[in-house]
Amino acid sequence: MDIKVLGSGCKKCQQTEELVKKVISDLSIDGNVEKVTDIKEIAKYGVMLTPAVVVDGKPAIVGKVPSEKELIQLLNK
Amino acid sequence: MQMIENIFGWFNSQILVMEWLKDLVKILVEDVFGLSTSERLGGSIHFFIYDSIKIFILLMVLIYGISYIQSYFPPERARKILGSMKGIKGNIVGALLGTVTPFCSCSSIPLFIGFTGAGLPIGVTFSFLISSPLVDLASVLLLASIFNWKIAIAYVVVGIILAVIGGTIITKLSLEKYVESFVYGAGQIESEEETLTKKERRDFSKNQVKDIVKRVWLYIFIGVGIGAIIHNWIPQDIIEMILGQDKWYAVPLAVFVGIPMYADIFGTLPIAEALVMKGVGLGTVLSFMMAVTALSLPSLILLKQVVKMKLLVIFVCIVSIGILIIGFSFNYLGILLV
Repeated sequence: MDIKVLGSGCKKCQQTEELVKKVISDLSIDGNVEKVTDIKEIAKYGVMLTPAVVVDGKPAIVGKVPSEKELIQLLNK
Repeated sequence: MQMIENIFGWFNSQILVMEWLKDLVKILVEDVFGLSTSERLGGSIHFFIYDSIKIFILLMVLIYGISYIQSYFPPERARKILGSMKGIKGNIVGALLGTVTPFCSCSSIPLFIGFTGAGLPIGVTFSFLISSPLVDLASVLLLASIFNWKIAIAYVVVGIILAVIGGTIITKLSLEKYVESFVYGAGQIESEEETLTKKERRDFSKNQVKDIVKRVWLYIFIGVGIGAIIHNWIPQDIIEMILGQDKWYAVPLAVFVGIPMYADIFGTLPIAEALVMKGVGLGTVLSFMMAVTALSLPSLILLKQVVKMKLLVIFVCIVSIGILIIGFSFNYLGILLV
């Protein structure tokens, strides 16, 4: 699974990244987490609010720090 | 009619100005600390405690209510609404939507890209970006609490006019070529407009309260602290000498000092309050608040990533000139509002 956390480096974006990494290791999902801070890269995904979580190229969570429950639901497929 | 006025007056003095809290804190300072509130130290402590508590209560209640309204206006919806507007109508609606769309300054760049990349005129996007930090709903109610309703409404009206005119000028100058080219190649997600349940809206509002309080509490304490110092320790004649109504340079000075500062409107209000009590012109104080919120160094640095220097300079000039005009006019006409 290819997971990207989009955000220009604000606090919420860091929280999101940490949470995603935690869920991945808790559920021992075979996934690759990448943080995207370059605004040009972020723009490509068409999100207007950060932080955002992109799973396999599709924005799944936009504009908020997800709860752990949401992430488990999203990633545990 | 009389009854409505009474109810309104009660609402204003007890709910917004919180006279009960003022009295309570007075009892605390005088009877528990044994300090007189008419003296310097007691007076500053009273100002500090009363103002901090008042702003925090208002902040939490207001953010909750406003976030609930805002949950109906995600940026995708704003973009969709604006997509069908032409000319100045787009600027006006853009400025109005700016007041109700929830977003924090760290999202202003993706938002700029999302709007402009979708083909909205940059002027409309700028109208949105000017009004959004300047006139948010919470600040209006706080202004009504600290000053009065007439001033709050006047602030909103001039803030929106500034956003509309600023955006219109930027459109008229056709500055699209000064937007970084990658903005136009940005991806678009045709977002299925999600409908939230009532519970999701409540959760969203609760989270907004938590986020915003976490983000601004320090600014509020600093603001109230500075306000308390101005209120009780700096002699009136010194402040009047520098920033008095009769000094033409008071407004430009306030704007010049305000631009590089970054603070939330909630932090600037107690300073504004203390300055007005010391005889500084209302226009001077409002232009300081506007400069602090609408233009700040961190947000300009962010904006620089998506627009070229020339557009950035034009943006800063237009907004500064607008704030100067507003400041001068409030100083000369503001007497009517107090």
